[in-house]
Amino acid sequence: MSFQRSHEPIVWSLFGGGGVVAAFLLPALILVTGLLAPAGLLDGDALSYARVLAFSQHWLGKLCWLTVIALPMWHAMHRVYHGLHDLKVGARGLFFVLCYGFALVVTIATGTLLLAI
Amino acid sequence: MSKRKPYTRPMGPTWWASHPYYRFYMLREGTSVFVALYGLALLCALFALVKGEGAWNAYVAAMSSPLAIVFHLVCLAMASLHAVTWFSLTPKTMDIWIKGKPLPEKLIVGAHYGGFVVASLVIIVAIGGWL
Repeated sequence: MSFQRSHEPIVWSLFGGGGVVAAFLLPALILVTGLLAPAGLLDGDALSYARVLAFSQHWLGKLCWLTVIALPMWHAMHRVYHGLHDLKVGARGLFFVLCYGFALVVTIATGTLLLAI
Repeated sequence: MSKRKPYTRPMGPTWWASHPYYRFYMLREGTSVFVALYGLALLCALFALVKGEGAWNAYVAAMSSPLAIVFHLVCLAMASLHAVTWFSLTPKTMDIWIKGKPLPEKLIVGAHYGGFVVASLVIIVAIGGWL
């Protein structure tokens, strides 16, 4: 038994938040961007460069991007990390760094790109 | 030092494959792989947007390829399964009591589905450009 502080509350809250975002928003987002848009069912310039750029230059738009990319990624990497344990894959420490590190890198990359717009 | 050598039941990497309950558990956890892949697709889209109009238009055009359609169909199925399993767990994670009585599970799950429908309509209408 160790009295070292656990990282679990922090990653679990990111996992929980990401799970909520993924559950409420991703099915519709995938439907619109990945299926309705290529089918030509959206308004003509719905995904035009000018429209998406204007959306992304607004702070609310940036918040939307960050919410739908970063939070579900933390959620997914938490499940992948514990899923590897379920699959009896060893090297827990390594995969802890790889999984949560990947989510962190994606979060930083998203933030950096949003600042560049 | 203890000299006893207790028997530890061997557990292989495919322990979950022998029972439908565990198989579904692994499928539920597996939805996360597609959540992550779609997140990476969104990151690529953002990268194309930052690069400029040419890169963005190329990205949008690439979304019409058969491979991209299949990818999004699988992602949609997996994200939907995630949503259903996530909402079905909400009575466990949101243990709400009002006046000494637990809020009925159906009400908690139902409220989540209501929110899901509203959020989905907002996303579809807002991105679709019909506002």
